[in-house]
Amino acid sequence: MTADTKPLTHRVDLATPLDIRGYESQEGYAAVRKALKKMQPSEVTHLVKEANLRGRGGAGFPTGVKWSLVPMGESAPRQKYVICNADEMEPGTFKDRLLMEGAPHQLVEAMIVSGYAIQASRGYVFLRGEYVLAAERLERAIAEARAAGYLGANVLGSPWSFDLFVHSGAGRYLPGEETALINSLEGRRARPRAKPPFPQIAGLWGKPTVVNNVETLCNVPHIVLRGSEWFRGLSQGKSKDSGTKLYGVSGRVRRPGLWELPFGVTAREILEDHAGGMTEGLKLKCWLPGGASTDFLLPAHLDLAMDFDTIAKAGSRMGTGLLTVVDDSRSIISVVRNLEEFFARESCGWCTPCRDGLPWSVRLLAALERGQGQPGDIELLEQLCRFLGPGRTFCAHAPGAVEPLQSAIKYFRHEFEAGVPKPATRAVAQRTTAAQAVA
Amino acid sequence: MSTVCAKTKPYLLHVDDCVSIEEEMRHYDDPRAASIGALKIVQKRHGWVPDDAIPVIGHFLGIPATDVEGVATFYNLIFRRPVGRYVIKVCDSVACFLTGYEQIRDEVCKQLGIGFGETTADGRFTLLPICCLGACDKGPVLMINDETHFDVSPQGIVGLLERYP
Repeated sequence: MTADTKPLTHRVDLATPLDIRGYESQEGYAAVRKALKKMQPSEVTHLVKEANLRGRGGAGFPTGVKWSLVPMGESAPRQKYVICNADEMEPGTFKDRLLMEGAPHQLVEAMIVSGYAIQASRGYVFLRGEYVLAAERLERAIAEARAAGYLGANVLGSPWSFDLFVHSGAGRYLPGEETALINSLEGRRARPRAKPPFPQIAGLWGKPTVVNNVETLCNVPHIVLRGSEWFRGLSQGKSKDSGTKLYGVSGRVRRPGLWELPFGVTAREILEDHAGGMTEGLKLKCWLPGGASTDFLLPAHLDLAMDFDTIAKAGSRMGTGLLTVVDDSRSIISVVRNLEEFFARESCGWCTPCRDGLPWSVRLLAALERGQGQPGDIELLEQLCRFLGPGRTFCAHAPGAVEPLQSAIKYFRHEFEAGVPKPATRAVAQRTTAAQAVA
Repeated sequence: MSTVCAKTKPYLLHVDDCVSIEEEMRHYDDPRAASIGALKIVQKRHGWVPDDAIPVIGHFLGIPATDVEGVATFYNLIFRRPVGRYVIKVCDSVACFLTGYEQIRDEVCKQLGIGFGETTADGRFTLLPICCLGACDKGPVLMINDETHFDVSPQGIVGLLERYP
């Protein structure tokens, strides 16, 4: 494993992560030195844009473009912020935990270089409250970096000052959405904000702010050190997208896990070569390509490249790129019911379609799962998919929630239909229920 | 009551907590941002956040008590009722669903005689569901206070619970 082919994970050690000396001896903080001594902030942004780094948090937005919207120069506000979204809570996603627990200094360095690019005054790692070990290790890394002069007033003797803090959250899924995260960081309820204005213009405390995912940021020091051409080459021509990606598999497979691979390997390679295929005796029924809020795909889609455009063309989203594999022993309705229970519970309650629509979908799914669905329930679920879809709600929570639901109905309609008893059996079922009620 | 911060009444913030909250406030450009941190600090002392503490935290940070209450009731890791010495959080999200969290939940419920949202009569355990703990390759996963346990099996529950007297 080398820096050239596995930049993100070659220094990961979960048992004893590198301290600052060990990290420095393996090119650690070299990107901070290079950026501050040899590059203008705009050059860093330009390089990241050229490298075609796209957000690893799920949306795939080009990072350099995001940064280039931040006001720069003398007239720009003095306070600007870079926030790392470390609120990893998308069900089925377990990559940022590894990066933070196994190589905390890499993220600290990434925050400093990214902060320099937008000339931020402060950075925050917005960490979910449950990641206790990651918090400890990041705090230690930040203290070491501060003592070494990488953080604080006049970083490495330059005119630029920057400090970094860990903000440990107190739960809920919504802070994963960047404007809800900003509200949460400000000490408010984590409900999303209207956009525009976008955070790059008016974010944390109304000041220019960029929010990037852990994995996204961790790529930045490597791009600064090795250049954009090297980064584009990492995907080995498998994809238009650049770099490596942390791909993973969970569910009932032989070797569930996480691997850093060239961007755009096929789902089959990830599932069969790395995860060892399905557990003995089980068959693949369907899979979520990148978290709970992505559309299901079928075994027939396994040969697709796991990149943003290819998976989008197949009717889903690559999301976080960690596969959740559903085996044939499961009814699809039970899986979707579990997913929608999660989304219903985590709705922030701000807008009506999401707050009331998601629990409604859970009730319908639970009835179908028990075989007590009513005629019209499937059509009602489809209607909910539309009413909770993109453009109907305040943020992406409900539209994300309906992705697995709509695709489950599309691919497994027969299972949903089986949840609605035929008229004759329904009469019997009703009589039985009535008899039980009397008894 | 020499260990009590003079800035507050009628709930008295412990002086150490005042220091911790002030330290927390220094991390932000607006004291309100320390509200979640302050709630966590108070919770660490009592295991939960008593009603009386809410206006005191608000006063300390210079924000309305209703805002603190709004935050306290929004986030699931802030407890507004007393909890047991150990809070068990069982992941019930999709990866753990596929690897069998329901059997884990059922076994914990059977051993402790409580359901989700309940506390054992002896005040030892509270049981809660939690969303994805970010260790889906090692499911089923649960947390007991700050410790995360991976690859949990129904057979291992009795032994696991014994480690938390």
